[in-house]
Amino acid sequence: MVKIIIWTVAVVTVLGIVLALVLYLVAKRFRVEEDPRIDEVEKAMPGANCGGCGFAGCRAFAEAAVKAPNLDNNYCPVGGNDTMAKVAAILGYEVKAKAPLVAVVRCNGTCEARPLLNRYDGFPSCNIKSTLYTGDTGCAFGCLGCGDCAAACQFGALSMDPVTGLPVVDQEKCTACGACVKACPKRIIELRPMGPRGMRMFVSCINQDKGPVAKKACANACIGCGICVKTCTHDAIVMQNNIAYIDPAKCKLCRECEAMCPTGAIHGVNFPKPLDKDAIKERIKIRQQKAKEAAAAGAATVANNKVDAPAAAPVAAAPVKAAVATTPSVAEKKVDAPSGVSPSAPAPVVANNKVDAPAGAPAANTKEGPKDE
Amino acid sequence: MGGVHPHDSKISRDCAIAQLPLAPAVYISVAQHIGAPAVPCVAVGDKVKVGQVIAEPGGFVSAFIHSSVSGTVKSIGPRADLAGRMSTHIEIAVEGDEWLEGIDTSDTLITALPEDSKATIEKIRRGGVVGLGGATFPTHVKLSPPPGSKCERLIINGCECEPYLTSDFRTLLEKGEQVVVGAAILAKVMGSVPCTIAIEENKPEAIAHIREVIAKLGYAGIEVMPMKMRYPQGGEKQLIDAVMHRQVGSGALPISVGAVVQNVCTTLAVYDAVQKNKPIVDNSVTVTGECFPKQANLLVRVGTPLRYIIDYLGGVPEEAAKIISGGPMMGRAVANLDAATVKGTGGLLFLTEKQTLRAPETHCIRCGKCADACPMGLEPFLLQKLSRVKDVEALEANAAQDCIECGCCLYSCPAHIPLLDHVRVGKGLALGAIRARAAAAKAAAEAAKAAETAKK
Repeated sequence: MVKIIIWTVAVVTVLGIVLALVLYLVAKRFRVEEDPRIDEVEKAMPGANCGGCGFAGCRAFAEAAVKAPNLDNNYCPVGGNDTMAKVAAILGYEVKAKAPLVAVVRCNGTCEARPLLNRYDGFPSCNIKSTLYTGDTGCAFGCLGCGDCAAACQFGALSMDPVTGLPVVDQEKCTACGACVKACPKRIIELRPMGPRGMRMFVSCINQDKGPVAKKACANACIGCGICVKTCTHDAIVMQNNIAYIDPAKCKLCRECEAMCPTGAIHGVNFPKPLDKDAIKERIKIRQQKAKEAAAAGAATVANNKVDAPAAAPVAAAPVKAAVATTPSVAEKKVDAPSGVSPSAPAPVVANNKVDAPAGAPAANTKEGPKDE
Repeated sequence: MGGVHPHDSKISRDCAIAQLPLAPAVYISVAQHIGAPAVPCVAVGDKVKVGQVIAEPGGFVSAFIHSSVSGTVKSIGPRADLAGRMSTHIEIAVEGDEWLEGIDTSDTLITALPEDSKATIEKIRRGGVVGLGGATFPTHVKLSPPPGSKCERLIINGCECEPYLTSDFRTLLEKGEQVVVGAAILAKVMGSVPCTIAIEENKPEAIAHIREVIAKLGYAGIEVMPMKMRYPQGGEKQLIDAVMHRQVGSGALPISVGAVVQNVCTTLAVYDAVQKNKPIVDNSVTVTGECFPKQANLLVRVGTPLRYIIDYLGGVPEEAAKIISGGPMMGRAVANLDAATVKGTGGLLFLTEKQTLRAPETHCIRCGKCADACPMGLEPFLLQKLSRVKDVEALEANAAQDCIECGCCLYSCPAHIPLLDHVRVGKGLALGAIRARAAAAKAAAEAAKAAETAKK
């Protein structure tokens, strides 16, 4: 009996040693050489594997980042600048700090503002609903309310508000991975810069219908009236396909558009004070009056300049003349651009703005419906 | 292969086709066929007559649109269709009922077949004829097979396998002569091919009547084939399989196996267009449902608002919970009663709350009933999984693009999984990928061509 046990132990031990040796040699011989930095970068990543960077998970991102010559095309929106600084330190690259982004819901068609016209009783998924028809309200562009975005969010940053029927973004939790943007069949959600102290302005509507149609469908719709475009002194708002779009790079957060919007489609969030509409309207009124007077006076001085003393300001006179000659509204803008820009050189600013105004146009939202019906 | 056997519920089968009085105004969509939308060729304020062209085709795969009433063009602009999608509609206020000169509105049967098939196809094209079985594919395109392919058999689809719908059945009974002449015209156009009129066995009166008519008119090569009752027997590819025992390949057209399929109502429209010079201005619509008191088969002018039809028949019944345009299997729920009928509108079905109830979804038990039921031989249980995770490559590999959206999978699923809903999304993804690839290939070929010419 003892003999059998001793033999067994001996055989197993010898077998173990031999196999261990074989494994060791094989591992040595067929070792896959891998850049050790990949592991390091992966460790520095948030580990959410959300795919927000465009790669299939954090490891794939790490591999791509190590291979890439620089970090220009690789950015982890979830980790943000801190993570990217760590990654850059590991790889010895430089990284440009990016403004943090946040998901913004561009629909404010609440249940109250947008009455139901029919009842959807299909599978509760926006994606499926959008393949069947335009939705249970009169608005063909707005939120469908089934919560595909909330289901897509891995960070619990999106939830459906049962009262309004719209998704709500928790900006503390939002990592701007873009999963909700991809999940929304109506392309309502947009990633926008967080803004200073979280303050940001955006048009919370993407209804491309003409004013009366949009208004009939939803009381809060952007009706494309263009008042905001006229009000904005920073040329931050463009009107395309009957929707206003605020360029976050140009917006100076003066909230004038928000105060003037007749339907309340423009939203400003995280401002310390509530919106004082009347004060802002008064301010705009005064400024416009002043602008009118100044425009009249300006025209006179330009005429004078032209006649008797062109030598006094030859550089400044030329653009001013051009501006006055083209449209009176431009002249108005020139004069009433005190906030933000230095008043000493208004004319060139106007000229620039005039040229590159449509640069920040929103991406055309022309998702076609399925053609297989 | 596949298919399900829902109760046929043809409760409006004894209602003769009646003429619906003219609505005060009609709204005619310029996008009521597959292909490019037509381009309006009338202006606001123009006086039009019944049968006058009001929109011209926007491409080869497109169709003429004719005024279905006489009156004044009131507006041309976007209007929501029954799914709420906006498309250009031409609004015409009805004044009297004056037909365009040259249209034969009499009931005389013209049995002499035209000689010139090119001229016949042109007449069909000018008549705005599209497939009225539901797909609304322009008929003249179907009748012009690509070079190298030859039609061997014409199949007239009188299956009407959708439950409830009876407009094809009534057309066969009441306009059997015209349908047979239309079939003879089509068979001649396709090169004097043999013709099969396929009718499901649940319509014995129609089978007998059409047999009688064929014997009476004496056309050679036209036969009636009674088909087994099965949904979707009237699906184009399923019908070809049943009649000719040939399978149409994935992504291929019926002509690739030598078949051309035309619906009964399309055949009637062909007769009207060729023999009577009458374009499609009306179509028969079945208005039915257990909860609907006034069953009817109505001849409705194209562009009549749905609300007008329903009000004519006594309004929406109290217990109706859902109104479906088309049959219960493939029809779409109507989200907008102000929408107007189009050429392809075949039925309005009223269902009660109980009939539309969806049972709660449970887990897939891998019973394979959906795969058994699928007439296209797909695996819906797999496709819905792939669709949920948006695996486009796998969807394409598993032929999601071949789905005909018949709904057999959903009908047969004991776990009440909304298979069709998911597969439809997957089909969209797969088709999108295929189209994107084709577009990219085209662009690359063009770029290469441009580079070559630049070199020269």
